[in-house]
Amino acid sequence: MLVQKYFQSERFVPDKDMDACGLFGVMNISGKRFGGEMAINAIKNMKVRGSGLGGGFAIYGLYPDYKDYYALHIMYQNKNLNAKRRVEAFLKEHFYMVYDEEIPTNPDITLFSPPIVWRYFVAPQKKNEELAVPDDEYVVSRVMYLNTNVDDAYVFSSGKDVGVFKGVGFPEEIADYFMLDRLYQGYIWTVHSRFPTNTPGWWGGAHPFNILDWTVVHNGEISSYGTNRRFLEMHNYYCTLFTDTEVLAYAVDLLMRRQGLPIEVVSKIFAPPMWDAIEHMKESDQKLYTTLRMTYAPLLMNGPFTVIIAHHDEMIGLTDRIRLRPITAGAKEDFVFLSSEEAAIRAVCPDLELAWTPPGGEPVVVRLNSKDHLLSVNKSI
Amino acid sequence: MYSYLLPEFMIERLENRCIRCRVCERQCANKVHEYDGELDKLFSTEENCVGCQRCVVLCPTNALYVRPRVSDYRPNSSWTRDKMQNLKKQAETGGVILTGSGNDKPYRIYWDHLVLNASQVTNPSIDPLREPMELKTFLGRKPDTLKINFDEGEVKIESELHPNVPINTPIVFSAMSYGAISYQAYKSLAIAAKEFGTLFNTGEGGLPVHMRKEFGNNTIVQCASGRFGVDPEYLNSARIIEIKIGQGAKPGIGGHLPGEKVSDDIAQTRMIPRGTDALSPAPQHDIYSIEDLSMLIYALKEATNYEKPVSVKIAAVHNVAAIASGIVRAGADIVAIDGLRGGTGAAPLATRDNVGIPLELALAAVDKRLRQEGIRHKCSILAAGGIRCSADVIKAIALGADAVYVGTAALVAMGCTLCHKCYTGKCNWGICTQDPYLTKRLNPEISSKKLINLLKGWSHEIQEMLGGMGINAIESLRGNREHLRGVGLEEWELNVLGVKGAGE
Repeated sequence: MLVQKYFQSERFVPDKDMDACGLFGVMNISGKRFGGEMAINAIKNMKVRGSGLGGGFAIYGLYPDYKDYYALHIMYQNKNLNAKRRVEAFLKEHFYMVYDEEIPTNPDITLFSPPIVWRYFVAPQKKNEELAVPDDEYVVSRVMYLNTNVDDAYVFSSGKDVGVFKGVGFPEEIADYFMLDRLYQGYIWTVHSRFPTNTPGWWGGAHPFNILDWTVVHNGEISSYGTNRRFLEMHNYYCTLFTDTEVLAYAVDLLMRRQGLPIEVVSKIFAPPMWDAIEHMKESDQKLYTTLRMTYAPLLMNGPFTVIIAHHDEMIGLTDRIRLRPITAGAKEDFVFLSSEEAAIRAVCPDLELAWTPPGGEPVVVRLNSKDHLLSVNKSI
Repeated sequence: MYSYLLPEFMIERLENRCIRCRVCERQCANKVHEYDGELDKLFSTEENCVGCQRCVVLCPTNALYVRPRVSDYRPNSSWTRDKMQNLKKQAETGGVILTGSGNDKPYRIYWDHLVLNASQVTNPSIDPLREPMELKTFLGRKPDTLKINFDEGEVKIESELHPNVPINTPIVFSAMSYGAISYQAYKSLAIAAKEFGTLFNTGEGGLPVHMRKEFGNNTIVQCASGRFGVDPEYLNSARIIEIKIGQGAKPGIGGHLPGEKVSDDIAQTRMIPRGTDALSPAPQHDIYSIEDLSMLIYALKEATNYEKPVSVKIAAVHNVAAIASGIVRAGADIVAIDGLRGGTGAAPLATRDNVGIPLELALAAVDKRLRQEGIRHKCSILAAGGIRCSADVIKAIALGADAVYVGTAALVAMGCTLCHKCYTGKCNWGICTQDPYLTKRLNPEISSKKLINLLKGWSHEIQEMLGGMGINAIESLRGNREHLRGVGLEEWELNVLGVKGAGE
């Protein structure tokens, strides 16, 4: 437990970040890869939603040549080479490394205190008793170890065929810095622009937040943070960034990957219907929703939030149950968009076929080779 | 009567207001007031006065004042007046000094050193008059995970679930037995719990048979060391079963209901002969260790077909966290922790005032320990002992409680003025007595309304404060110490509470 390990009392656990944000996500539901132009331009259109203290991108379908290997994006703060040596020694011990390189950056772009960012393509190197541990669990625990034990090293992303690029600056500056529009393609792009209110920029604190192939971009302040964090600690997720987004990402990982619940159920855990509404449901639903709320009460995400969660084959948008933060969805042919503002979608796709606003607690689920996202259209406001 | 004791109260009667109606004389069970027909005048025996203020509020002309008597021995910080008076009483009797109600010593009340958060700008506060604000709480063991099956679009829960009891507000009436309190007071609690959708606790006095059908669904029945009133029907009529190990007001000792109080009805409910003392031993004599507790927990579960959560109530003592963890592992679905300021009908003064630890610290320690061991979801925590207002409730929940027990607050709502003489059986308010002349002063229809108003008022206040924090469901505050800050506390206290100091 985090408290046990690092702090004499919970009292010393740092405060969480508070921020407001702009979000955007776009997915091609037939799985066709495309460049970053739409994502970059859309988030630029919502400039006022960020303050230049954090921006980032998650891209799925990023490394088709290495798609069977975990792609670790690791940053070394203050260009701490000692941290890099420690991390690499650790990686050598626990993984087979097939390829590694520094992530190329554009030297013409000046950003606030950029770290070294390196990528490693690895496969788990399990020993004896670890053979029974599933790969994903193995990787998660090693990532947790690096994040909590090696100063100045921080794992940006750790999934297969997915990568996160983030840092301190406006998202378009981050895109320029990592040359995203020139170098990369993917079938899902999610973007985040950050407006923190209580922390100076830190590269690791930018979004998207990632664990394995799950990424989360999030706008809002979760008032239930303390309750959520404590529950997740019981399941061995240690929050090291102290952001709402981290809590959401771990909760998603716990519920969807480890417990195998589909997003339709998970969204009803994060943003459950009111008891008043449950009372008026048919009996089987009553039982389901009552049990969900009862069991997962500590994972109710209370307070304003909008979140775009993505993993392979899926991109999901969700707002809190009383809809205190905005989200809009749009679609044109094979492209489906999720955004804090409709204007940003229209800026990059002027001939949009459909735009709708899902109600609080109702997920928009965009799935590969399916039209599931349309399910939320007739519930829209 | 004791000799050479200073009266605790002085009674001032404004003669020009007194109309000789003799209400004071009739109302006082302690025989303080006496009318002299020849002189047409009322006289007072101040030594008998307990300061309950019944005569004062019933005097139609406001002619009476009852105040603590100022005259005192020579001031002495060590040998205070009550220490000396108690010594004198003991010198005459050689007995144990008794008292009632809760600890009145100036131990730090942590609630008064904790302040709550509110939303400003970065997230909106929520107005409970316009938006839903949910207080519904479930008491019982929660599963580790839910197995859910998807069958042709229908979602079905596969996991076996433990029994859980929903309550509409996180406030439950704590254990006060029929016998300790009057039938009228007991029934008022039952009516209020039923009406508001929460629970009341029978204490060790059993549940009268005629009340089982009507109020069983809102009842926590106790199985305590005397086993009074326990039979299968009693257990099965309830919603929750509570094993009472200890009580905050008197950790480590049992109970004693004097034979004079054991009337026909009480005798029948407790299943003992009329007029016999009802003695509850200090320990449960079939529980001398944690595995014994486990056996009783499962015996009770067997007896009720695993349909009811079993709670274990303990007094907050030094290693309460480890004990609570053991209790959860022994199979309890609810752990009730009763703190230093918990009330009682009768307890030795020395025990009440000196044994146990404050609820706030115990609660924080238990919640933290159960989380560290990954078993917090396996039980609900009920916090008891010194919850005085809605703010205390909400702070208790932020420190990790699922719900709170209120005892003294409910009694005060019914009329109690905390005179601390519950053990005398002369309660002028008709609450803590079996004297029919006194108990008829309490009308359950009226006093249950007062209790409902208490629940209603507190719930509204909790909703306001929750909304202010930007939270619209009480479960999102549970254990959420981020919404608390300490003021005027020592470093070690903040550490135990797991709460930052204000401004930190």
